[in-house]
Amino acid sequence: MTARSIRWLKALLFLLCLVPLGQLLLETFGLAGFSLGANPVEELIHSFGKWGLKFMLITLAVTPLRRLTGKGWLLRFRRMLGLFAFFYILMHFLIYAGLDQRFDLAVILEDIVERPYITVGFTALLLLFPLALTSTNAMMRRLGRRWQKLHRLVYVIAILGVWHFYWQVKLDTLEPLIYALILAVLLGTRLVGKKHGRTAHA
Amino acid sequence: MKHDLKILPSEITSETNYHNRRQFIRNAGLAIGGSAVAAALPLSSSASTRELETVPGPYSTGEEPNSWEDVTTYNNFYEFGTGKEDPYRNSGDFVTRPWSVKVSGECGKPGDYDYEDIVAPHTLEDRVYRHRCVEAWSMVVPWVGFPLADLLRRFEPNSDAKFVRFKTLHDPKRMPGQKRPVLRWPYVEGLTIAEAMHPLTLMVVGVYGKELPNQNGAPLRLIVPWKYGFKGIKSIVKIEFTRRQPKTSWEISIPGEYGFYANVNPQVDHPRWSQASERRIGAGVFAPKQPTLMFNGYQDEVAHLYSGLDLRKNY
Repeated sequence: MTARSIRWLKALLFLLCLVPLGQLLLETFGLAGFSLGANPVEELIHSFGKWGLKFMLITLAVTPLRRLTGKGWLLRFRRMLGLFAFFYILMHFLIYAGLDQRFDLAVILEDIVERPYITVGFTALLLLFPLALTSTNAMMRRLGRRWQKLHRLVYVIAILGVWHFYWQVKLDTLEPLIYALILAVLLGTRLVGKKHGRTAHA
Repeated sequence: MKHDLKILPSEITSETNYHNRRQFIRNAGLAIGGSAVAAALPLSSSASTRELETVPGPYSTGEEPNSWEDVTTYNNFYEFGTGKEDPYRNSGDFVTRPWSVKVSGECGKPGDYDYEDIVAPHTLEDRVYRHRCVEAWSMVVPWVGFPLADLLRRFEPNSDAKFVRFKTLHDPKRMPGQKRPVLRWPYVEGLTIAEAMHPLTLMVVGVYGKELPNQNGAPLRLIVPWKYGFKGIKSIVKIEFTRRQPKTSWEISIPGEYGFYANVNPQVDHPRWSQASERRIGAGVFAPKQPTLMFNGYQDEVAHLYSGLDLRKNY
């Protein structure tokens, strides 16, 4: 894989990651026959949240996939995927805070404190900030080995995120359980990797 | 010239609407609903259900009803799936004739009653009610039905009839959502006899002047407008007069979150979310939520039913 083709693939992947956003924008403004349905705010919050989790799982799949295929260049896409996870999750929160709660800080704070599933989700969002802020090459160099330690937080964040989803569902937990199963497999491969004495990259 | 105008055009419109409200409702619903359905969703067979003979009923709200599309595509009816559009998508083949209701328990006239036996003696009324889901969204729905009290009296409940228990059809072949055990099937709901006999409580057979589409609980469903929507049991096949308070489906499923009464109450939150406000379906993506009203705005009519009852405990 040449540097040139990686650049092209990165550009392509970037556009691909914007597709869910594009669709949600079309739906929000009712363009080209797209619609958010009868409960648009809930649909937006749920869609952004689920895309955030999906990107989180995709990001976590990069290392096992690289080990499985031996293609080292896969790692070159991981940062972008992780940042898109952060972007969709941040949008999820901002739409909740803005469209649903009208930026009413008292109500938002009450939710965060009194509703455990929101406490869990908000904690995951807060923990994402240091990871996003230290995602630059300069920060990686500056932090050295500590960078990897810090970014292992992503395991905790992913568990909190899926837990938040599971706890929020009214009754039918099938969908969050599917996310949980995928996450368990992705985290499980890392444990197996460690047992076999190989280094498990974060 | 301008100040000579004594009647504003808007006033004329509202008066005309007042006298022709039903026609207005239907026109608005078909115009808004019809075009939106054509744009967003494939036409449903239930969009062509039979027109019903109705008269205007009491207790209707003056609020603008939701569109036909909102009312018939955004439903909680787990018997046809747990997604909001699942009932619309999965109930097309559900056949509701013949339909019979088994009446039993503490009453003088138990037995099996045909749908026609149940409905024919009653005058069908149009009643526009607020509808508040426990999930903190709401609609305004132009139901067609008759007071449940009028029906129950025909079965001559005796003095031991303290509660009424209702059951939904249990038939996983016809109701595919019942193939997964999300709730314990069949769906069971209940009311105190006083709630059941209250003039607001409706046995519903239609919406928007037409027979109920399947996804809305055809052919017979309950509407108790001061309670959360899940009390409005759908596709009813059993009515039983009981001495004891029946266990209801959501109570059995998650007792810490759903109680027998399930009265709309902005002061008593669901353990996982606030009930203080609600999102009105159809208001649009940038509309604010609106405050939830005590007993969903039917406080004057029903508050006396609960005097002395701790509504925080009896949620």
